[in-house]
Amino acid sequence: MILFLAYSAVLLSFFSGLLGLMMHRRQPLLAFNQYWLAKFPTVNQRCQSAMADCLEEKRFPILLRRAVFFLLGLSGIFAILAGLSVLIGQGVITDQISLGLPWLPWHVRFDCLSGFFFLIIGIAVSAVSLYGPGYVNSYKESQHPFAVLALFTGLFVAGMLLVLLADDAFFFMIAWELMSVASYFLVSFQHENPANRRAAFLYLLMAEVGALAIILGFGVLASFSDGFTFDALRNAQLSTTWASIAFVLALLGFGMKAGIVPVHVWLPEAHPVAPSHISALMSGVMLKVALYGLIRFCFDLLGDVHWQWGVVLLILGTVSALGGILYAMMQPNLKSLLAYSSVENIGIIFMVLGLSMIFMDNGHPQLAALGLLAALLHAFNHALFKNLLFLGAGIIHHQTHQLNIDMMGGLIKKMPKTSVLFLIGCMSISSLPLFNGFVSEWLAFQTALQVDVLDNGVLRSLIPVSAAALALTAALAAACFVKVFGMIFLGQSRSHHCDKAHEIQDKGMLAGLSLLAVLCFLFGIFPGLIISLINNVAGQLLGETLPNDAALGWLWLAPVSANQASYAPPLVLIGALIAAGASFWFLRRNPATVMRRAETWDCGFGGLTPKMQYSCSAFTMPFRRIFNKVWIIDERVEKDMRGAMDQDVAAIRYHLEVHDHSWPHIYQPIENGVNTLAKVVGRIQTGNIRTYLGYSFATLILMLWVIS
Amino acid sequence: MNIEQLDFYTQAILSMAALVGLTSFLMLGQGRLLRLIFVFAMQGFLLTLTTVLAAYSLNNPHLYISAVLTLALKVIFIPWMLRRQVVQMNMHRDIEALKNNTAVMLGGASLMVFSYYVLHPIVQSSSVVMLNALAVSLSVMLLGMLLMISHRQAIAHVVGFMSIENGLFFAAIVSTNGMPLVVELGVAFDVLVAAVLFGIFFFHIRTSIDSLDVDLLNKLHEVDK
Amino acid sequence: MNWLIAVLQSMLFVALAPLLAGWLKCCKCYLQNRKAPSVIQPYRDLLKLSHKQPVVAEQASWIFLIAPYIIFSATVLAATVVPFIAVNLPTSASADVIVMVGFFAFARFFLALAGLDIGTAFGGMGSSREMTISSLAEPAMLMAVFTLTMTASTTNLSLAIAHVLNEGLVLRPSFVFALAALTLVAIAETGRIPVDNPATHLELTMIHEAMILEYSGRHLALIEWASQLKLMLYGVLIANIFLPWGIAETFSVQALGYGLLAIMGKLAVLAIFLAIAETLVAKMRLFRVQEYLSFAYLLGLLGMLSHIILEASR
Repeated sequence: MILFLAYSAVLLSFFSGLLGLMMHRRQPLLAFNQYWLAKFPTVNQRCQSAMADCLEEKRFPILLRRAVFFLLGLSGIFAILAGLSVLIGQGVITDQISLGLPWLPWHVRFDCLSGFFFLIIGIAVSAVSLYGPGYVNSYKESQHPFAVLALFTGLFVAGMLLVLLADDAFFFMIAWELMSVASYFLVSFQHENPANRRAAFLYLLMAEVGALAIILGFGVLASFSDGFTFDALRNAQLSTTWASIAFVLALLGFGMKAGIVPVHVWLPEAHPVAPSHISALMSGVMLKVALYGLIRFCFDLLGDVHWQWGVVLLILGTVSALGGILYAMMQPNLKSLLAYSSVENIGIIFMVLGLSMIFMDNGHPQLAALGLLAALLHAFNHALFKNLLFLGAGIIHHQTHQLNIDMMGGLIKKMPKTSVLFLIGCMSISSLPLFNGFVSEWLAFQTALQVDVLDNGVLRSLIPVSAAALALTAALAAACFVKVFGMIFLGQSRSHHCDKAHEIQDKGMLAGLSLLAVLCFLFGIFPGLIISLINNVAGQLLGETLPNDAALGWLWLAPVSANQASYAPPLVLIGALIAAGASFWFLRRNPATVMRRAETWDCGFGGLTPKMQYSCSAFTMPFRRIFNKVWIIDERVEKDMRGAMDQDVAAIRYHLEVHDHSWPHIYQPIENGVNTLAKVVGRIQTGNIRTYLGYSFATLILMLWVIS
Repeated sequence: MNIEQLDFYTQAILSMAALVGLTSFLMLGQGRLLRLIFVFAMQGFLLTLTTVLAAYSLNNPHLYISAVLTLALKVIFIPWMLRRQVVQMNMHRDIEALKNNTAVMLGGASLMVFSYYVLHPIVQSSSVVMLNALAVSLSVMLLGMLLMISHRQAIAHVVGFMSIENGLFFAAIVSTNGMPLVVELGVAFDVLVAAVLFGIFFFHIRTSIDSLDVDLLNKLHEVDK
Repeated sequence: MNWLIAVLQSMLFVALAPLLAGWLKCCKCYLQNRKAPSVIQPYRDLLKLSHKQPVVAEQASWIFLIAPYIIFSATVLAATVVPFIAVNLPTSASADVIVMVGFFAFARFFLALAGLDIGTAFGGMGSSREMTISSLAEPAMLMAVFTLTMTASTTNLSLAIAHVLNEGLVLRPSFVFALAALTLVAIAETGRIPVDNPATHLELTMIHEAMILEYSGRHLALIEWASQLKLMLYGVLIANIFLPWGIAETFSVQALGYGLLAIMGKLAVLAIFLAIAETLVAKMRLFRVQEYLSFAYLLGLLGMLSHIILEASR
């Protein structure tokens, strides 16, 4: 039954893709309709007129779009149901499908870990399917055909779901490639811009290099076992060196897809150019599938984790978290900012995962379960609020046709509902209490604070330092999203794009956002609901659940013990409401103190213009000066002078460009190295036919010698 | 081992160790020479207190003499001499521009972790519980060297050199429960002679290249005209 | 019963915050040879402000209007978490020290948004500077908190203070460093000299004041009260964590009375030290604050390293 739900989720997304192809098939459908009516003339009159209505020229595209997204949403709901049922039931379901090669059927395994990620994908896809119909209306059919978008969206979602179901290496790689290639076509959807084509190519290149690394990782495991199924790979006996090699390959491959510094460079290029709901899916969900792959590989297939791997993950995670948020602060493009922020959150998840590995190897499996729980909870929360933010960015783009934060402002009055929903997303990602982002940060800190149980003194010094880096990251994220919300929605509008913006009318788009916002708030107040589900994942994967299972009620969250740390979000909410309500009521009793509106204070100079407000680069100037070495900064001020002695300033131009260090220090040398190598190898191609005959001759002689 | 279970003397020694380490860090971050010499004098004062504590609780009267000697030399005489030189050469208004101050400080913190890591096997196999303070004294020595590397003024080099000796002295007090007075006297006179020689050298360097910036010692005046 | 005492304690905490601000002002005036206003002058100021009609700029949105209430509530919630007169209170179990830092972050988020709301340059400047300073202060604060929690093996403030209290007089080097680090961070977070001058009138030197430049009437009263409460919060944290003697462990009237007297005395002494420091030291320029805060972080780091190396080694 549960497997049926999972399969139907996959099939429904396939069918939604195929249904999208029908966009250009209106005439054949009409013909089919006539044929059908001719064959069965006794069909109900209303049915006939309904069919005729649907196939009418004007209504057909709109209805088809709705139908495609309806199927996609249904797929999402089935995925949620499948995930929930396997999580609550705590079962492991295996199956075999006879697709693929005749002697290598595809193995399917649906356990709690897959079920949890099914849940994540399901929620995200449902929200996107509510949002989709309104959003894709803005794409011109001639230039950006809907059929392509729908087909590849369906294949993308199906690919992700199949990765989660795969139980042998072949099936896994086929599903992985399906996911990567489908998303490549989605990223290059708006291909008329050469920058978009370059971004898509970079994405495909890095996805394939990553896939190669994953295949090599599976290969290392398979060479020590007797088959390619995950069951066989689990029983492989590896020495520590080979296990570490497999780990490094898996980290490279899955890390490239997840977006770890320094292999993150495709993220901030690919996510902005894709359509917004696809960016939401890629950033919120696809990165989590890469995380699933890493967890499956290390904790399940490799089995014995070593604490050194945990230290590597910890360091990489810390560097990604800090680097990601610092780069995010400097981006003027809203979607690049959100993409870099995804790098930061993935860094946090990897950090906590590393902590979990360290505890596991040092003989504290319950604390390892705590770490795994914190990592998975943060993955879930990130999927929720990152989707919310990307979909909100899509709405802003839809209404103002602009993604540059420096050109926006004052949208809170013109788009009141979007602003509230976007504010909830900003508050969640800044880890403020009462929202879900805070709960996972709190759990991450609690995991780091358990460091006293370790024996190794160097580890005991290193882990608090990375916890302090986590605190710095959280504070920087709050600063970044204060800037984002303030520049976009508050103040006055900085350009004419935003003067004419108005609230979005499409209810579906707002509904998608509201669903995610409500979930963010709900899981911030009642985190126990989702934590008990993740507990089952940890139980199946590590064999241990949280030490204090009994106290995980709906009210209190006390992961290790009630004496160690506890947090009761509903009580906090009640306290906040009481305090706010009391002060509100008490201070507003006197009718004489009604608020009065007046002009803004301008120091007596007069003439406040919107240009006098702080811009994006101004807000982050102190950070640019303090953390100067983190970026490559090109900052220039050019003044046009005029007057008798060139004293008067006629015009000032300010130019700021912030570049990523990875390009000149890592990727350019790799590029140059590959080019040099290619040139060296290219020397064997002389173009002279006698040389080629000489090659054949030499090979023949070599073969004769070897055979004899 | 938890600190609550130890007696008051050991707790006091461990606190002194931490404070001596703090003075080393403070010296790393100082740009002004007079303040650097003052902090060095503070470090000497903390060492005097440690010696007095050790003398009191071990009932070793020799250590009182050692404490008085330390006070006379390291807290009064040598800082006074250095201060006199600085004021004579009119350098008390110069500020050393410390680039990468944060990086140097964090490097110092990792030196502390490193010295703990290095000494861990020795500390574990011993019964004297104060050996943990050895890690701090080793890091004081390493931080003294770091001070010599990161500062350009020659006076700072002298202070760094003396703080290495301070670290050695502290290590001797905590790990051997006091040390033979003869060794201490010998070391103290060595340091005194070194200070006098340094003073003479500074005077000569100053007259020949007109500054005490050791980076300028690379330049050969006759060649680079 | 415990909950009632907890609520009463929080209300007392909130009510006494302006008294501390008044006492601090008295000390500073005395040191600067000026005649001081009465110690209860802040109460009169708050009352006066709450009776005035607030004037709000035309461009302000609803965020500007609800921000004062949110800031005040978040700071009051932080106050309920910190043990003021007594330990073993149930409110400390509902939120630990990391949640308290989260409450401060919540208040700061909305304060910064309110600064950006009007659309003037000063608000943006205040918000930008405030977020910079608070980002750099977070790791330092966390390091100091880490040292405490690693010693007491809990993040629940009530239990941590009870643990330190029950150990008796123990000389811990890590606590010395953590105290220094927390003091430096407290000065940065509450906006006192040398980080920010709370009494300045020059907009270009403001950090906290620049964000609340447009507020008036009851909104300003709430925000002023919240910042006084924050100063008292940090004072109570420093006093009760590192010098907890006198705090009540049972709920008898006598113990509570002694606890109140003890904390008032400690806060009065801390205020004198703060006044002396503010009078002796000049305000730093903005880009020196990063060195100041990285020194605070270094002290916290040293405290934690002292704990690992000297106190709890294996």
